[in-house]
Amino acid sequence: MMVKRSFFGLAKPRFAYETLKDKPEAVKIPVPKKVTLFLKSPFEPNPLVQTGDKVKTGEKLSLYKGNDEYVTSSVTGTVTSISPYTGDFGKSYTAIAIDVAEAEEQDDAFKGEPSLEKARDFLAFVPGAPSLNSLADPEKPIKTIVVCGIDKDLLMATNPYIVKARTKAVNDGVSILKKIAGADHVIMAMPQYLMKDAGAVGGASGVELREVSDGYPAALPHIMMKEMLGKVLPEGNRPEDMEVCFFSAEAAASIGSAFYEEQVPVTKTLTLIKKDMSKILVEARIGTPIRDIFTACDVSTEQGDRIVLGGPMTGVSVYAEDYPVQPDTDAVMVQANADVSLVSDNPCINCGDCVRICPARIQVSMLVRFCEAGEYEAAADEYDLYACIECGLCSFVCVAGMPVFQHIRLAKYELDRIRAAEEEEMENA
Amino acid sequence: MLSQKKFIVSHAPFWHDGSRICERNHQIMLAALPALIAGFCYYGPKAIGVAALAVSCAMLWELLFNWVAKRPESVGDGNAALIGMLFAMLMPATTPWWAVVTGTFIAVIIGKQIYGGIGANPFSPPAVAVAIMMLSWDRMFDFDEMLLNYELGFPMIYPLTALKNFGVDAVSDFSLCGLLMGRQIGGIGSTFGLGLIIGGAYLIIRGFIRWEISVSFLAGVFITALLFNFSDPVKYGGPLFHLFTGYTLIGAFFLATDDSSSPVNFIPMLLYGALGGVMTVVIRNIGVYVDGVIFTLLIINLVNPLLDKIRPKALGK
Repeated sequence: MMVKRSFFGLAKPRFAYETLKDKPEAVKIPVPKKVTLFLKSPFEPNPLVQTGDKVKTGEKLSLYKGNDEYVTSSVTGTVTSISPYTGDFGKSYTAIAIDVAEAEEQDDAFKGEPSLEKARDFLAFVPGAPSLNSLADPEKPIKTIVVCGIDKDLLMATNPYIVKARTKAVNDGVSILKKIAGADHVIMAMPQYLMKDAGAVGGASGVELREVSDGYPAALPHIMMKEMLGKVLPEGNRPEDMEVCFFSAEAAASIGSAFYEEQVPVTKTLTLIKKDMSKILVEARIGTPIRDIFTACDVSTEQGDRIVLGGPMTGVSVYAEDYPVQPDTDAVMVQANADVSLVSDNPCINCGDCVRICPARIQVSMLVRFCEAGEYEAAADEYDLYACIECGLCSFVCVAGMPVFQHIRLAKYELDRIRAAEEEEMENA
Repeated sequence: MLSQKKFIVSHAPFWHDGSRICERNHQIMLAALPALIAGFCYYGPKAIGVAALAVSCAMLWELLFNWVAKRPESVGDGNAALIGMLFAMLMPATTPWWAVVTGTFIAVIIGKQIYGGIGANPFSPPAVAVAIMMLSWDRMFDFDEMLLNYELGFPMIYPLTALKNFGVDAVSDFSLCGLLMGRQIGGIGSTFGLGLIIGGAYLIIRGFIRWEISVSFLAGVFITALLFNFSDPVKYGGPLFHLFTGYTLIGAFFLATDDSSSPVNFIPMLLYGALGGVMTVVIRNIGVYVDGVIFTLLIINLVNPLLDKIRPKALGK
């Protein structure tokens, strides 16, 4: 089921991104009885929205005074709870649960000419999760916008589907993004097989089409920067630091349709990867529990299965089927218990497979020793911790079955925490 | 968010290519088998005894150490068995039982476990064991004497000793083809050159060992021996003679390629192997030892961490 080591292990394994040959019909998931939305801010007492408040579809909900973060209600209904939620790496969110009412009402606060202010004010929580705030940072102007018609991870076909099915919306979105961001270049990045469909997208004025090779990890931002723009991102930097900002095709489509239809989009498109690795595209309201998607698509889960939001290389596994679809959830993958790969507590045997497969040319075999021992500073100074582009290939090929990728992420997280604490101490001193 | 069913939660990636340490070690043992079986054919039950004892002793030492050190049992990964097997392949068929017990102790405990077990050994464990045995009981590696009672239908002299003492003339009886087919005395599993080459090629194709190390090691031996041979064709043996005698082939394919004690980067692997090849012939031709492979291995293992500092710049550096 999974991609296994080839008999001829001398050759590097190669993973092709999912190809979407024809345009499939997306399965429309009915509006759920209850949605949950995650606000990217820790829970505080006395939020502006209270339990029992009525909300409309597309209504902007800001919870805390003096905090710009907001979510957009994807349904019409009643807020039933506002509670703290802790995600991966201890990230704190506020979870807002809304019971869905029978009659749907559209909020009408969003209208008018496209502008960056308006987009930032209303469209941060739309499907595709556009990083609109990056466009407005006065210290880091954005000169190049890259719109990706390819998903970052394997087995997923969400963004190629958007390019095929919603060409006009993508087109509109790209033109609007170019205008409101004042960017010099807008680049559509697509796999070869989409170029035909992309011809229509190229119709938007001043958009360059660029091909993304179909082998993982070609669609990760660092690699796209290097291959398409010829810019090597210095370690630890984000594309925004080099005046480049990435958007998914779905984010562009959301922005395009928002301004043309004067409605904030609330329906997320995602790829459902079943246990037998067959894929279907589904459309669901943001906040829909993934259980509803499973029910609608005849996916049955058992004890000991694994549910992953995102793809096989970089996704995040969740512990309950109640977990909601987020604006950036491009895929949901279910693995049967028999297919679940587990890590081991073996030490590194120094075979070097990770070093040979690493697209960032990191000495992973050495780096992981430092990370394992908690020597994070040395890992960063001597063994290029921050050069990691987080593709997960090292863990995939590890003969010892070490959680190499997790060691690296943990090291980055811990080091960031240590450095932040040190800075705080310096300021207080 | 309570749920009746319990799902497995873990971190990315959610795929693994299925490779395992035990598979790796078992495959290396499989590849070494043809050469070992050839040794069994030549030397009979005694050789089988040595090999069986070595493999089982190595595994027992590993298990014993696991218990004493209160570490998880690691016998199942096949590494101890592999070490035992390679150790037996380097020894003469008449090795006494106590030497096998001692040798495997040195290989598994002193060569590997005291450094922290698999992946932490700075030297190739069988090479450490054989080196210490060579220094402690040097007559055990005098193959002429050890295999005195065998009459196998080919010259019963150790080719490298003959070459060292009497020059090229003394080894003119050996045909290259015969050497390759194992028609020479030596360690149980280190004389059947063709078997070692086939095993090595198999491991290279399967990706269990790196061609860079083996090929550069053999190239190092070939070129250095060629130069010596040019300088004095009467005294120094030819390049192919050096390739097919002693521990050259088993060293190039099975010992120098030990994961933990060899480099992982391209250029360091080439340098590591080439240095090994050059040193082997230098020790054979102008050193006091008949065969240089074991000491060469310890030397290149020693420089391995330094060599591996030659590495490409990381992305964005």
